[in-house]
Amino acid sequence: MNQKNNGNPSGLSERTSDIILVVMSVVIAFIVAYPLYYVLIASVSNPYDVYAGKTFLFPSGFTLDGYKAVFADNNLLTGFKNSVIYTVIGTVFSVVMIYLTAYPLSIKDLPGRKYLSLFFIFTMYFGGGLIPTYLIVKQFGLINNIWALFLPGGVAVGNMIIVRNYFENSIPKELLEAARIDGASEWTIFYKLVVPLSKPIMAVMLVYSMVAYWNDWFTALIYLPGVEKAPLPLVLRNVLIKSSVAASQASTISGGYAELNKLTEMIKFSSIIVAAAPMLIIFPFVQKYFEKGMMAGAVKG
Amino acid sequence: MVKVKEAVVKNWQLYLMLAIPVILTIIFKYLPMYGIQIAFRDYKASAGITGSQWVGMKWFERFFSSPNCWRMIKNTFLLAFYSLLWSFPVPIFLALALHQLRFQRFKTGVQTILYAPHFISIMIVCGMLRIFLSPTGGLINLLLGTQVDFLSEASAFRTIYIASGIWQDAGWGIIVYMATLAGIDSSQYEAAKIDGASMFQRIRFIDFPELVPTIVLMLIMSAGNLMNIGFEKVWLLQTDLNKATSDVIAVYVYQQGIEHAKYSYATAVGLFNTIVNVALLILVNKIVKRLSDDISFV
Repeated sequence: MNQKNNGNPSGLSERTSDIILVVMSVVIAFIVAYPLYYVLIASVSNPYDVYAGKTFLFPSGFTLDGYKAVFADNNLLTGFKNSVIYTVIGTVFSVVMIYLTAYPLSIKDLPGRKYLSLFFIFTMYFGGGLIPTYLIVKQFGLINNIWALFLPGGVAVGNMIIVRNYFENSIPKELLEAARIDGASEWTIFYKLVVPLSKPIMAVMLVYSMVAYWNDWFTALIYLPGVEKAPLPLVLRNVLIKSSVAASQASTISGGYAELNKLTEMIKFSSIIVAAAPMLIIFPFVQKYFEKGMMAGAVKG
Repeated sequence: MVKVKEAVVKNWQLYLMLAIPVILTIIFKYLPMYGIQIAFRDYKASAGITGSQWVGMKWFERFFSSPNCWRMIKNTFLLAFYSLLWSFPVPIFLALALHQLRFQRFKTGVQTILYAPHFISIMIVCGMLRIFLSPTGGLINLLLGTQVDFLSEASAFRTIYIASGIWQDAGWGIIVYMATLAGIDSSQYEAAKIDGASMFQRIRFIDFPELVPTIVLMLIMSAGNLMNIGFEKVWLLQTDLNKATSDVIAVYVYQQGIEHAKYSYATAVGLFNTIVNVALLILVNKIVKRLSDDISFV
């Protein structure tokens, strides 16, 4: 083809292309961010103004009453506390399981490795389904026991494969061999070499598990029927989906139905922020690990 | 035998590491598979899984003769199919566009924003949807100047479900494509630039071909999960008035099994769903294999 200057068949210079891309990215980012931004400004605005459509871009009035009500609500506080506990236990449990499975399966000459891998991978494609699993959990007496949130998940096989690939591709085999020749046990190698050398992928797994447990409520809906054990999202179901505010709140309100209604609306917005904030604040700090970890792990899935 | 013993003695530490994961997987993954047989039995807790009376296809027959059976199958399939149709291409376009951005910090910033909704619980997303779609004071109605109760409109349900799904997960979906694109040798771009290729030509002739194997793999995986419509979001967005489109199998299994304790019946309905799913996976796999011989799956 006969090209002159930086002209090309589509007629766009590099500069024009850049501008189009940037404008498009800004528009898309705005569309994605706006709903969250709207909830944030609505949570500190006068609910009547929110209702009247006066808070599209900026808050109207400023009040923290919604947040005060959230932190004064015993159900929401218990839910928050439960979610923190479940997230900590679940994350540690899940990452330990992933590591304990991924390391032996990453050793190429482990006898039976192929069958063991298949044993785990099969569960990715086929399962017993909701009810048979529920009945087994029930049979083991785990209903209303918080371990029902962690044990039935077993090993997160998809994540385990990513970690196994990372071990295979990113940890020098010579290093492990040298340690074995020096007489180090597999536990020592695992603990002293593999764990420290796989920090980037561990960070990814920690964040994945953390997000999953913080946001999970379905498992609790099925296995933890007791109200006092409900995690935050399940408590929020009453507020956000059923639109009901705890009776304890209603009795403390002076000013009747209108005031209660106003408070209900404010609690909706502020509880969304309270529930979403922890993960949204944490993840930009670990974002760089995602791409790195995913790339190392994704090589031939 | 000697060989097995030798292997165990030599590698006992490695096998020991696997012990707890294997035991948990047997109990909570393989035992439930064994428990699927209650779909063909009349399960009584006192008699246990194998002790309950064999009833053959009774529960399946009951499901197929229930009044809403075909509506549920249709809704499950259509919701899944339209979701795939609309949601699948979005991350590909986003990744191709973002990959061309030359301003690194700006690009990272945009990615951060795009990832964000993925970190929010479905419960919160549905709560936001309920607020935004409310006929009085809801954001959408305020912007449109209308007072429509969208969640009572059966015709709006799929759009709500799919659009919010794209909002939440399209950004996250770009990671796998971005990782593939990052592996492209930059000398290809240099050569293309010298030849005077425009940005669109670089996307068309360098980036897109590089993505095709990943796209095919992702497509097979999504198709294999087609009927696995998530229970959570449908359940939270379902109202009495939008059931004509929101009545799906997963919600029915939950209601029959967990709420009404009809264990055998719910297991049978769930099993039917799984079988359709596996059939679709095999079908899609065959089609794709025929289309491209050189791409192998798993």
